[in-house]
Amino acid sequence: MSKAETRTGAQLIWESLVREGVDIVFGYPGGAILPTYDAMTEYPIRHVLVRHEQSAVHMADGYARASGRVGVVVATSGPGATNLVTGLATAMLDSTPLVAITGQVGSGLLGTDAFQEVDITGITLPVTKHNYLVTRAEDVVPALREAFAVARSGRPGPVLVDITKDAQQSRATLDWEGAEPHRHLRHLPAPVDPAALAQALELIREAKRPVILAGHGIQLSGARAEVMALAERADIPFALTLLGLGAVPATHSLSLGMMGMHGESWVNRAIQEADLLLALGMRFDDRVTGKLKEYAPHAKKIHIDIDASELNKNVAVDVAIAADLGEVLRALLPQVPAADHSAWRGTIREWRGDSAVRDIKNLPDDGHLYAAHVMHDLWRITKGEAVVVSDVGQHQMWEAQYYHHDGERSLITSGGAGTMGFALPAAIGAKLARPEAEIWVVAGDGGFQMTFAELMTAVQEGVKVNIAVINNGYLGMVRQWQALFYEGRYAATPILSPDFVKLADAFGLPGQRVEARADVAAAIEQARAAGSTALIEFKVEQEDSVYPMVPAGAALHDMIRRPSPSVLAETGSDPV
Amino acid sequence: MSDVLVVYTDDEPGVLTRVASLFRRRSFNIHSLTVGPTERPGVSRMTLVVDTDESTARRAVEHLRKLVNVLEVQHLGSGGSNVVRDLALIRVNAGPTKRSEVLQLVEVFRANVVDIAEDTLVIECTGSLAKIEALVDTLRPFGIIELGRTGAVAMARGTPTTLKAKVAPLRTGTGGGAMSV
Ligand SMILES: Cc1ncc(C[n+]2csc(CCOP(=O)(O)OP(=O)(O)O)c2C)c(N)n1
Ligand SMILES: [Mg+2]
Repeated sequence: MSKAETRTGAQLIWESLVREGVDIVFGYPGGAILPTYDAMTEYPIRHVLVRHEQSAVHMADGYARASGRVGVVVATSGPGATNLVTGLATAMLDSTPLVAITGQVGSGLLGTDAFQEVDITGITLPVTKHNYLVTRAEDVVPALREAFAVARSGRPGPVLVDITKDAQQSRATLDWEGAEPHRHLRHLPAPVDPAALAQALELIREAKRPVILAGHGIQLSGARAEVMALAERADIPFALTLLGLGAVPATHSLSLGMMGMHGESWVNRAIQEADLLLALGMRFDDRVTGKLKEYAPHAKKIHIDIDASELNKNVAVDVAIAADLGEVLRALLPQVPAADHSAWRGTIREWRGDSAVRDIKNLPDDGHLYAAHVMHDLWRITKGEAVVVSDVGQHQMWEAQYYHHDGERSLITSGGAGTMGFALPAAIGAKLARPEAEIWVVAGDGGFQMTFAELMTAVQEGVKVNIAVINNGYLGMVRQWQALFYEGRYAATPILSPDFVKLADAFGLPGQRVEARADVAAAIEQARAAGSTALIEFKVEQEDSVYPMVPAGAALHDMIRRPSPSVLAETGSDPV
Repeated sequence: MSDVLVVYTDDEPGVLTRVASLFRRRSFNIHSLTVGPTERPGVSRMTLVVDTDESTARRAVEHLRKLVNVLEVQHLGSGGSNVVRDLALIRVNAGPTKRSEVLQLVEVFRANVVDIAEDTLVIECTGSLAKIEALVDTLRPFGIIELGRTGAVAMARGTPTTLKAKVAPLRTGTGGGAMSV
C-alpha cells in the first residue's frame, strides 16, 4: 500500500460518518478530540456547536426522533465525555439510535489518571447498547460501522465510541467493505412462530372488549399503517402510552387517548374492564400499569415487542411475540376477521361523557390562565400539525392531554428517563432534521432554566423554534406530589425565574409575556410569524394540578379526579 | 434455586465486565462464574450458576442475548441432565493422629492429596457441587484451614452443543488492550 492511500484516524472518522449518510453532528471540542475537529472541515458535514455536551446528546436525540435517522454527537475526553451521560441514559430508555464519539487521552496514558482521562466506556456501560474503546487507527472504521449497525438494529439505542488521541493521529488504510458489521445480526429476532400467531388470532376472534395499547415501538418499527389496519378491521379502540402519542392519530374515532398515571379516566377504565389487551411496541412501564396485581384483571394479553427481555417482565401475558411489530402485523392481518365492537365502544363513550364536566377546558372562565388553555389554543392554532417537543413535569402531561397528535413523530418528549432540560435542545435538533416543520417547545419554568443557554445555539445556527414557557413559579409536578402526598409541605419547589422577556432580548430574540386567556392566541400567532426563535412566557395558575392521577403504586382505576368545578371556579387555586 | 447458564462470548477485553455489570444492574444473583477458552479461537465460554427462580433466569438469558459480545446463551436449567463440575482445594488439619482417617476419607471421595506438610494436607477434589459440599462437611470436624473453589463448569449431557458459526467476532481487536477485565 502506498502512503498516499492511508488516512489519519481522524479522517477515517469523518469518512465513516459521510458513508453512513451523516450530514450533521452536534458537539463541543477539546484537547483529546482536537485532531478530529481539525480534519472536520475537509468533509461535507455540518457541525452544531452546543453550549453544554448534555444538550448535544439531546439535540442528536431530537434530530433522530424527528427523522428516524441516527443522531451523532462529538465530545472531548474527561468532563466533555461525562457531560454526555444524562443524554445517553435518556436516549437509552426511549430507544433512540445515537452514535456518540468521544476523544480519549493517548493510549500510552490510559489508566494513569492523565489530564482529562475518564473511563467513559466504564461509566456508560449501563446507559448504552454497546460501547468501544478504540486505540488504533485501523480499528476506527470497523468500530464505527458496527456502532451504526448496533444503534439502528433491533431495539434502537445509543452507542459510544471512545477514540484515543493517538488513534486519531496515526494512519491506516480505509477498508470499508472489509469492515462490514456482522455482530449486530447475532440477536435479531427469530422468525415468528406460526403457533403464536394462531393463538393471537384466536384471542382476537373471541374478544368482546378488546383494547390496543399503542406504544413507541409502532413509530420505531414504522408500523402505523399496519396498526391502523388492524384496529379498523377488527374494530378495536386504542389507548396510547406517552411515547405512543403520534404513533397513531389521536383524532381517529377509535382513539381513546393516553393511558396511565395521567391518562384519562375512561381510558384506564377501558383497560381495567377489557377482556383482551393487544400491547403493541410498549413495555408495561409502572407509569402505565399502576399496581400490577390489579392490572387489567379480566384481560387476556398479547404482547408484541422486538425486545424479548420486555416480554413477561412486568405483566405475564398469554401470547408473547418477540419480533418487529410491522412484520408480525403483516403476517397477521390477512387472517384477522372483520368485527363490530360498537357496543363496547358505546360503553367507553358513556364513561367519557362523565369526564367532560371536570375538564378544565369546559369550566367557566375564572379569570385565571391555565396551562390546559394554552395547550388547547396551541393545538387549535397550529391545527395539530406542529411538532411539539415537551420537557418534563406538569406541562408535559397537559401537553399530552390537550394537544392531539395526529402526525407521525409529532411529539418528542423524554418518557422513560423524564429528563428535565430535554426540550429546548431536542427541539433544535428536531428543527434541523425537519426544517419545514413548525416546532414548539413546551417547557416548565424549572426545566427551561436547566438548558436555556442553548437559545444561543439556535441563534448561532439560525434555527427557528417557538417556545412556550409554562411559568407556574414551582417545580410543579413535585409540588403536586407534595400537595397530595406530603401534606402540602413545599420543600424546595418554589422557584424564581429571570424576566423571560428580557432574557429572550439578551439573546436577540423576541419575547412576550401572557397572563390572560384572551391574549394566548395572538401571542402564539406572533411567535409563529417571527423569523427567528421566539419565546412566550405564559404565567399560569400557580397551584393547579394534573388530573386525573393514579398515585404511584395504586390500581389503575383508583384515580384522583379533578374536584368539583365550583370549588375551582371560586378559589381558582389548587383545591387539594 | 440454582440454575445454570452457558454463555459463549467474544474473547475480548471488557466482556466479563459487561456480563457482570448486567447481572449487578438487574439484581440477578451469581453463585459462581467461570470463564475460559473454547474449541474455537476468539470465543470464550462462561458458566454461570445463578441463584434465582426460573422466570428470572429466563429474563437473564434474554438480557445476555442483547449484549453485542454474546454469541449464544444456553439455559441448561437446574435438572440433573447436565454435567456440572467444580474443583476445590482444601487445606485441612491432619496431624499424625488424624492423618490416616483423613486419607481414608480422601479415598472414599476419590479426591487427591496434592500437598503434605507436617500438620496439614491439601486435598484436591473434582466433582459435582453436591459432592464437594459433602466432602467439605465431612472434613470440617478436622479443621479446614483454607478452602478455594473454581466455580462450576457445565455442559449438557447427550446432544452436542453446536455453536452458530455465522456471527464472527469483530475483524479487528477494538476494545484495546487498556480496558481491563
Ligand atoms: C433532571 C431532573 N431533575 C429532577 C427531576 C424531578 N422532577 C420531575 S418534574 C419536576 C418539576 C418540573 O418543574 P417545571 O420544569 O417548572 O415544570 P412543571 O411541573 O412546573 O410544569 C422535577 C423537579 C427530573 N425529572 N429531571
Ligand atoms: Mg413549573
